[in-house]
Amino acid sequence: MPFSDEALARLEADAAEIIGRYPRPRSALLPLLHLVQAEEGFVSTDGIRFCAGRLGLTETEVTGVASFYTMYRRRPGGEYNVGVCTNTLCAVMGGDQLLAELSEYLGVEEEQTTEDGKITLEHVECNAACDYAPVVMVNWEFFDNMTPDSARRLADDLRAGNNVVPSRGPRRLCTFREASRILAGFPDGQAGDGPAAGEASLLGLRIAHERGWKAPEPPAEPVGSGQQDGAR
Amino acid sequence: MTDTLTPVLTAQWDQPDAFTLAGYRRAGGYQGLPKALSMGPDAVIAAVKESGLRGRGGAGFPTGMKWSFIPQGDGKPHYLTVNADESEPGTCKDVPLMMANPHALIEGAIITSFAIRAGHAFIYVRGEVLHVIRRLQAAVAEAYEAGYLGTDILGSGYGLELVVHAGAGAYICGEETALLTSLEGYRGLPRNRPPFPAVEGLYASPTVINNTETIASVPSIIANGAQWFSGLGTEKSKGYGIFSLSGHVANPGQFEAPLGITLRELLDLAGGVRAGHRLKFWTPGGSSTPILTDAHLDVPLDFEGVAGARSMLGTRALQIFDETTCAVRAALRWTEFYQHESCGKCTPCREGTYWMVRVLERLEHGEGSEDDLEKLLDICDNIVGRAFCALGDGAAAPVQSTIQFFRDEFLQHQKEGGCPFDPAASTLWANGAR
Repeated sequence: MPFSDEALARLEADAAEIIGRYPRPRSALLPLLHLVQAEEGFVSTDGIRFCAGRLGLTETEVTGVASFYTMYRRRPGGEYNVGVCTNTLCAVMGGDQLLAELSEYLGVEEEQTTEDGKITLEHVECNAACDYAPVVMVNWEFFDNMTPDSARRLADDLRAGNNVVPSRGPRRLCTFREASRILAGFPDGQAGDGPAAGEASLLGLRIAHERGWKAPEPPAEPVGSGQQDGAR
Repeated sequence: MTDTLTPVLTAQWDQPDAFTLAGYRRAGGYQGLPKALSMGPDAVIAAVKESGLRGRGGAGFPTGMKWSFIPQGDGKPHYLTVNADESEPGTCKDVPLMMANPHALIEGAIITSFAIRAGHAFIYVRGEVLHVIRRLQAAVAEAYEAGYLGTDILGSGYGLELVVHAGAGAYICGEETALLTSLEGYRGLPRNRPPFPAVEGLYASPTVINNTETIASVPSIIANGAQWFSGLGTEKSKGYGIFSLSGHVANPGQFEAPLGITLRELLDLAGGVRAGHRLKFWTPGGSSTPILTDAHLDVPLDFEGVAGARSMLGTRALQIFDETTCAVRAALRWTEFYQHESCGKCTPCREGTYWMVRVLERLEHGEGSEDDLEKLLDICDNIVGRAFCALGDGAAAPVQSTIQFFRDEFLQHQKEGGCPFDPAASTLWANGAR
């Protein structure tokens, strides 16, 4: 369905702001695709046409880019993207079992959406949280050290509309569309929520504190920092 | 004598407001920037050269030397691009760094941009880490507000625009030339080198691309001096780095230590391999670095030490697997990843990863033969060094090294007509509540 006049006006204003961030307009294409995904929940042909129009590209050029990147949905999906990491380490630590059990529990295969439109299930590749394995990502927020039972509870809560709190993230979980808007470069004001770091991230620091270990003190007058330079 | 762990970038992560400007300043942040501005660009480059800092994204190229390749007085705009696309399997250091301490990265980006005379910088962060992106966006906004970004930074006359650019899901974009192509708004395909990005990078202009941790290390070098930094680490691998232990260890986590620490020392700090089990194999720096075994516990984890063991330091992503893990399954899963992420540009990588998955599947299901191992090694030989970028070489690493160390295990699959391992025994809940 083509965008309404109201939606179009809003998207055009946002697009102008995005394009203004870059020295060359085409660099704005990835954030623009996130923006149209925020509007519709996926990248539609209308979304592609919009991006092409803003940047003076053909729809084919935009489609070629959108299809390269896994985060752009090519068809409508659920309010929550539940991604189970099944790269080697998470898979071995239980990710394969989590994905299989969630698939059976929800009655959907990978990349399918539950009938209530709440959850799209998929596997994800390494999401840089290996010290919290196995990891599940919901709309790109971390759910650390998952087990079959906690994964099932997570799915239940998402479907029931209960707020769930990520392990290291905001107090309120974004919908897929809201998350896409942040990726387009429009913050939601929740950056201050959640811990600075999770427990595993702090392990080395805590041990260093216990044992009195620290980095060497800098010299009172740092030497060798190039003050002799005069070549400007 | 230097302490075993030397927290610098991680030193304030336990402060609840570590990620804010106030928290970073309280920890001594933004003291390197005014100093750098007073030193001048060339002196900053000289200091980073003298420090011995080498790239923390895996390749270990000397950072100051990379910066000095940027032509000066060429009349072209210069760019800094921070590679924050952390996606190498096992690698999990930049994401917690940006979540807890984004201002160290931002201060480093400003100092680096000043040194290479760039007026525009980008943090290309992978899209799949929403809260990290929030923290970066908020920290950049704070830095503008405080006058660390924008025009006339701290009254120096120098100006910089810094953009947080979220990717959209593609491992290949962690490769520096693919990252640039992606940042220009195209499919993330790598480019042939030369020309190197320092000559023709973003928009065909001189561009420095450095890993997140590399750039975040710069303020400490400027604030504390090059010799302070080079006093840490080993002869050719200077300074400190974040080591990430994951998998079958009692306590997985992050450890910031001088380069040259060993896995034996790190495992000791992490409580050892999980109770009742023993180390089978591990990656020193992500899945693209050949696996090692318990024969390598005392290899110094610096660039030379790990190379001497025929692997690579990589990203210090130490993934630990115990004896419950099937090595064939691990190699297969990594190869599936490389097949999925191969951009398709170079035939050896595109076709080679595809066929390796087929052969490895056969082997894992007990339907392979010894000839298949030779076939795999032959495919690897046809990939390594024959693709534009390092993804292909990375794809060969787990296959070659797994066959090297666990040839018998491949054959055991054939004898038993299937995988002899119980995957349930490897899981986090193998011994307790699920």
